[in-house]
Amino acid sequence: MGLRKTEATGLVGWIDQRLSIMDAWNNHLAQYWAPKNFNVWYFFGSLALLVLVNQILTGIWLTMSYEPSAEGAFASVEYIMRDVEMGWLIRYMHSTGASAFFVVVYLHMLRGIMYGSYQKPRELIWIFGMAIYLLLMAEAFMGYLLPWGQMSYWGAQVIVSLFSAIPVIGADLAQWVRGDYLISGITLNRFFALHVIALPLVIAGLVVLHILALHEVGSNNPDGIDIKDNKDANGKPIDGIAFHPYYTVKDIAGVAVFLFVFCVVIFFFPEMGGYFLEHANFEPANPLKTPEHIAPVWYFTPFYAMLRAITFPMFGLDAKFWGVVVMGAAIAILFVLPWLDRSPVRSIRYKGNLSKIMLVLFAIAFVMLGILGALPSTPTRTALAQLGTAIYFLFFLAMPWYTRWESTKPVPERVTK
Amino acid sequence: MKLVWTLVFSLVSSVAVAAGGPGYPLEHIEPDYEDKASLQRGLATYTHYCMGCHSLSYQRYERTATDLGIDPDVMVEAIVPSDKKIGDLGTIAMPSKGAAEWFGAPPPDLTLVARKRSPDWVYTYLKTFYVDPSRPLGVNNKVFPKVGMPHVLEPLQGVQRTVCKEAPIRVNGTVQTDSISGQPLTENQCGILEVVEGTGKLTAAGYDQLIYDLVNFLEYVGEPSKAKAHDMGIYVLLFIMLFFVFAYLLKREYWKDVH
Repeated sequence: MGLRKTEATGLVGWIDQRLSIMDAWNNHLAQYWAPKNFNVWYFFGSLALLVLVNQILTGIWLTMSYEPSAEGAFASVEYIMRDVEMGWLIRYMHSTGASAFFVVVYLHMLRGIMYGSYQKPRELIWIFGMAIYLLLMAEAFMGYLLPWGQMSYWGAQVIVSLFSAIPVIGADLAQWVRGDYLISGITLNRFFALHVIALPLVIAGLVVLHILALHEVGSNNPDGIDIKDNKDANGKPIDGIAFHPYYTVKDIAGVAVFLFVFCVVIFFFPEMGGYFLEHANFEPANPLKTPEHIAPVWYFTPFYAMLRAITFPMFGLDAKFWGVVVMGAAIAILFVLPWLDRSPVRSIRYKGNLSKIMLVLFAIAFVMLGILGALPSTPTRTALAQLGTAIYFLFFLAMPWYTRWESTKPVPERVTK
Repeated sequence: MKLVWTLVFSLVSSVAVAAGGPGYPLEHIEPDYEDKASLQRGLATYTHYCMGCHSLSYQRYERTATDLGIDPDVMVEAIVPSDKKIGDLGTIAMPSKGAAEWFGAPPPDLTLVARKRSPDWVYTYLKTFYVDPSRPLGVNNKVFPKVGMPHVLEPLQGVQRTVCKEAPIRVNGTVQTDSISGQPLTENQCGILEVVEGTGKLTAAGYDQLIYDLVNFLEYVGEPSKAKAHDMGIYVLLFIMLFFVFAYLLKREYWKDVH
């Protein structure tokens, strides 16, 4: 009476009568038709999910021994490294995982840009993805304060002080974020709360939305064509294969390759030459001693370089304010990418030469900015950063023109190998 | 596409080169966490010469004893201060406020000094104290100018001074040689470090070894989990490789039907 009809038996059948788990299984795995021509670029979505799980699990265990206070934080991290059984491994998995997250997310985003995965009807997937990226940066930034080392402290000091560049309300706003006149134990405690509860909760929710939105419209592919245009008699796309088992087994092999590289770093190069764990962070935070050179962690350096590239005041507002505006715009512009691309084709394979040149220049500029952001600035480097910033924005702002005016190649009917 | 990756890699490698800053050239050493004898000698040197002022406040004596293969009874007898237990952290009794008044800054904790500064830095630092009457304690340092620390190891190294003499010409740390004879090119240089003969208990080689052992120990104490990580890491990587083989075979089996 009132129970759903199901073909499943036993416990699964009992549950399925009350909650449609078989439909969910089929819609998202066993009968989710994914294009059969995914290449190596399509590993990074599932890898991002793997790293997210890694961060959550290792984070839970770190929380068991970490002490969120200005007096005890630094020592508690060393306690984890020395006295907690396998604590060093859990901590390195978490610290390396943070960098790995950005590596896979940047590659995942580049894949989306290359194959036009943000184009109609996948705009919402892209927007959810960008929201995840934005929150991930906040999550990483707040997590970096927690070890309470010199670079944790001064990095946070520099970034939070950016709020003070906003006219009129800036100084009060920065103080509101810190909860104090400078970064202090109060700031540490609130960052801890946001890092372990608030942001992970929202990120996990957004990941669910990102995947639900994807499964609603279906996955794009390296050819950027719609596999749903060619269906067999049963309504299954001819060029589609079931996500499970085909892509689950393929992704497992990809996971093995990823874990190999990941474990090489964890076990043999956890500091990664000072880029994953900065050397200055092995000294406890000292509010009275400013380090000679404050550099953010590598995944923020492209935006930090753009911030520093703006060295001139405009319209009566100082350079720092415009630097913050440029940095904010660099991230904000990513959100509207689906509406900047006017090309009739999705994939870079069939776009014109202008699009290809712009994409290569964009990638080079982004890497160059990342490198410049990690180095102390000199006049030459600032000029290079200005050039990089110009290319970065040109890629987006000129996109409505170059994608419409260039001639594209004919798109195949069916996916290619 | 290949061109892009080449460009990316050349940019990344140029950063690695550019990241090294100016300053006194550091001598390179290879720490060896497997050399237990060296680590034990380093611990002894630390205990006799450093522990009076510098704590190791994140490391427990027991951990050091276990990792260095020292019998707990011997550790208690020789290393652990009488008011402490073997399970205690290596904190010290010196009040940091008083210390700040005596030396200008409190002597830093040394647990993580090798991770923060690099072993090469600590090694070179401990070898480059020299007499400088203009400084309050009468000594200065090449790596850490205007340092507040006295040259505690001077009785071992001897009195080191800076002199002007014929010395090999270095460009970016590399000794320049005559292209025909292969002999090093020399010129009269000032600021060359020289130990006054007969003032130290150790020979130059003996002092180098003492400092190497001490830095080796400090490198160990900065990251005591390293030996275990390297041991475990090999097995983890071998397992992942084996796992990959089966994962790949499974994938190939399934994908046979995909055309």
